[in-house]
Amino acid sequence: MTMLHTVNKSPLDRNNLDSCMSMAKKGSKILLIEDAVIGAMDNTAVAEKIKGAMNDFSFYVLGPDLQARGLDEGKVIGGINVVGYDGYVDLVTETDNVQSWV
Amino acid sequence: MGTITVEGKEYEVDEEGYLVNLSEWIPAMADIMAKDEDCELTDAHWEVLNFLREYYEEYQIAPAVRVLTKAIGKKLGKEKGNSKYLYELFPYGPGKQACKYAGLPKPTGCV
Amino acid sequence: MAEPWEEDEGPVKKFMFVNRKAPYGTIYALESLEVVLISAAFDQDVSLVFTDDGVLQLKKGQTTDGIGMKNFSPTYRALEGYDIEKLYVDKESLDARGLTEDDLLVDVQVMGKAELADLMDEQDVVMSF
Repeated sequence: MTMLHTVNKSPLDRNNLDSCMSMAKKGSKILLIEDAVIGAMDNTAVAEKIKGAMNDFSFYVLGPDLQARGLDEGKVIGGINVVGYDGYVDLVTETDNVQSWV
Repeated sequence: MGTITVEGKEYEVDEEGYLVNLSEWIPAMADIMAKDEDCELTDAHWEVLNFLREYYEEYQIAPAVRVLTKAIGKKLGKEKGNSKYLYELFPYGPGKQACKYAGLPKPTGCV
Repeated sequence: MAEPWEEDEGPVKKFMFVNRKAPYGTIYALESLEVVLISAAFDQDVSLVFTDDGVLQLKKGQTTDGIGMKNFSPTYRALEGYDIEKLYVDKESLDARGLTEDDLLVDVQVMGKAELADLMDEQDVVMSF
């Protein structure tokens, strides 16, 4: 079973991403959307924590939500995949289940 | 919701006559909206309408009357940057009336 | 000729709007901006604070076509015309997001939490978004 976890709250404001990472199984996919996309950027206060978690999970971030907030795709943490809405749909269909940490 | 017919095409307007979809605006619409309120648009009116459209393009809001007046004064000269001049052109209020003709929403804070 | 609103000098109070949320994910940022624009009509002493994820409201280069929402960031540049010129940004919050003053689309004063606390202490009214 692989599971897709989506997080839509900023990890610099709320603990949704922490909760997600504490409960997600190794090998899970984590997609950052809406206000959570700041968590995909390098040089933030949470960047090191996320880099550390990349051994256990694969991370994705929704491109249109980065662009809306003026966040540069080039400054996303290396190894995090930027996806569009089509990629979002692919992630949902590839995985067995989806959990939204709203 | 209602509609306004301009050059044979119908456009959606809200209950106060403001255009719903900003991007649909065409100059002929202003003339028709003005005629409905017994107003004939002159070059002086158009100067204000064009100013409003440029302001909206840049800042994504319709300016408050006070801000509009000051900005018009700066751009078009002191003799035009006062409420007397603007209310003579747009007796229903430069904010409300001119914004409507220019296809913009009602200014924020305007009742 | 003095404009009517320039003649009336009512009491002026110090209003502070504290912005803590990222734009677009929630409605707070846009609601705050609308209240700020309306408050300008009453000729009060208005200051804006951007802290926590609120600093993202001022990020340059916002492009919202992909999420189908209105990009309201250009409106922050209109504030000067509304005589709202006291924009304060929390340095720690910028640092925590890997941002600097150059990433912001308006002129602001970047300061520390202690200075912000002093400013907040001087206010008559503080509103939080």
